[in-house]
Amino acid sequence: MTAAMASQATTQGPMIAVRDLAVTFGHGTDAIHAVRGIDFEVAAGASFGLVGESGSGKSTVLRALSGLNPDWTGEIVLAGRPQGRRRDKAFHRFCQMVFQDPYGSLHPRHTVDATLREPLAIHRLPDAEDRVREVLEAVGLGSRFRFRYPHQLSGGQRQRVAIARALILEPKILLLDEPTSALDVSVQAEILNLLKRLRRERDLTYLLVTHNLAVVAWMCERIAVMNRGRIVEELTAEQLRRMEAAHPYTRQLLTASLGYDRAAVERFQEFA
Amino acid sequence: MTDKPVLQVEDLHVRFPTRTGLVEAVRGISFAVGREKLGIVGESGSGKSMTGRAVLGLVPYPGEVQARRIAFDGLDLQALSEREMRRIRGKRISMVMQDPKFSLNPVMTVGEQVAEAYRVHTGAASAEARRRTLEMLAAVRIRDPERVYDLYPHEVSGGMGQRVMIAMMLIPDPDLLIADEPTSALDVTVQMQVLAIIDDLVTRRGMGLIFISHDLGLVASFCDRIVIMYAGRIVETCKASELHRASHPYTRGLLASAPRIDDDREMLPTLTRDPRWAEGA
Repeated sequence: MTAAMASQATTQGPMIAVRDLAVTFGHGTDAIHAVRGIDFEVAAGASFGLVGESGSGKSTVLRALSGLNPDWTGEIVLAGRPQGRRRDKAFHRFCQMVFQDPYGSLHPRHTVDATLREPLAIHRLPDAEDRVREVLEAVGLGSRFRFRYPHQLSGGQRQRVAIARALILEPKILLLDEPTSALDVSVQAEILNLLKRLRRERDLTYLLVTHNLAVVAWMCERIAVMNRGRIVEELTAEQLRRMEAAHPYTRQLLTASLGYDRAAVERFQEFA
Repeated sequence: MTDKPVLQVEDLHVRFPTRTGLVEAVRGISFAVGREKLGIVGESGSGKSMTGRAVLGLVPYPGEVQARRIAFDGLDLQALSEREMRRIRGKRISMVMQDPKFSLNPVMTVGEQVAEAYRVHTGAASAEARRRTLEMLAAVRIRDPERVYDLYPHEVSGGMGQRVMIAMMLIPDPDLLIADEPTSALDVTVQMQVLAIIDDLVTRRGMGLIFISHDLGLVASFCDRIVIMYAGRIVETCKASELHRASHPYTRGLLASAPRIDDDREMLPTLTRDPRWAEGA
């Protein structure tokens, strides 16, 4: 993937196209089919959500897309360019990831400054000083945080650093893996607002993975619901808000997300 | 609250000496629990977990607990020796922790662990303990108790592990259960199923429940009353059904900042923390 291609990519076709994606771990009788052939498309500048419970395969999809998991079959096309098992450096400028745990995803012995400079050094980008300042402002931290270590930051501040690290290469796609589920609700609101604003300002395309239906309804325009490696239903945020789910699994998930209801629990079923 | 309180706490403090001075995790709180479901809600660092631990005398060293009164069923818990406390802890007041992965013994089958809890507190013979354990595993809706009895913790799912924990905590038939984020590590449907089990057992046995959680919405739908903690203090207490009428700006801010499924707000309101809240305003 080239930089020239990245700039023209926004004009036509979906930014992310996934066709018949399957991921299997292990072999023979021990094989676990984490993802069993799924399809979806995300338009440039859109925000697409993948929701599901643990084991549904949602994070595995994200790891296959990001190149962290090479054992997949099917097609992954980003900005019109089919992706192989291995990803080159240009790919990582184009597509970045933010992880769930802001405590585990930052190097404990690197300052914020060092963390942000590393991707710049890898990609040999000039004006590191200016870029670090600019991106820290963009995520609402400011330069006074530059020389702090992760242990000197709160969970929300760390997640802002992780977002800054992803943004410093000016990618077009952000893959977000439960970016707020380790945070307190009041801090979650700040990070969700930040992500929403950044997408608009920078014309980013989001693929958000979460188990939280309220978060996905607020952040994304379209949502795919996964269960046991398959997409059971794709719906718009509007349909989700109006509780207009067609599939019983989605309806059960919606009911459970509304809070505790003794009578509703009685009607829960297993979906294989 | 119904009739006489099971637990009464007055002016509870939990302090930790650190290099930079004394840190007060809990700063003079008072509350009572009857045979009801009481929710204690707060964000990280609010002191909600330390409150639960202080009642059981489980605040880790070098923390210090001080209170005017911690009374459980007429007993002054602070006056008890460690030996006497061990007869209360687990048997009459028990605690369910957040993550079954770290609370179960990895080298003992889950059935043996539940049976051990029963034998230690009742002195029952092992055949009787096994029989009671199988009953209890069935009560927390484990489908095949005979099979699950012989499984090791790594062989069960998160939801199943948490049911085992609850079985272990309830088998001595306690009067008060303290549950610290008992379902936070679980998927939402499993979470609701586990809550239903706790709900039924609390109602049927007439137990008191202290449910500690960061999730205001969940607590409002599950508990009878809610205590909201901020910076070691109780800022508000209300009936769960009347949470929407909460008056403290912290409670209101917390309620507003969580996205809802039917949300059409463009941006989420963020919380501006008033330093006076920490002083009890």
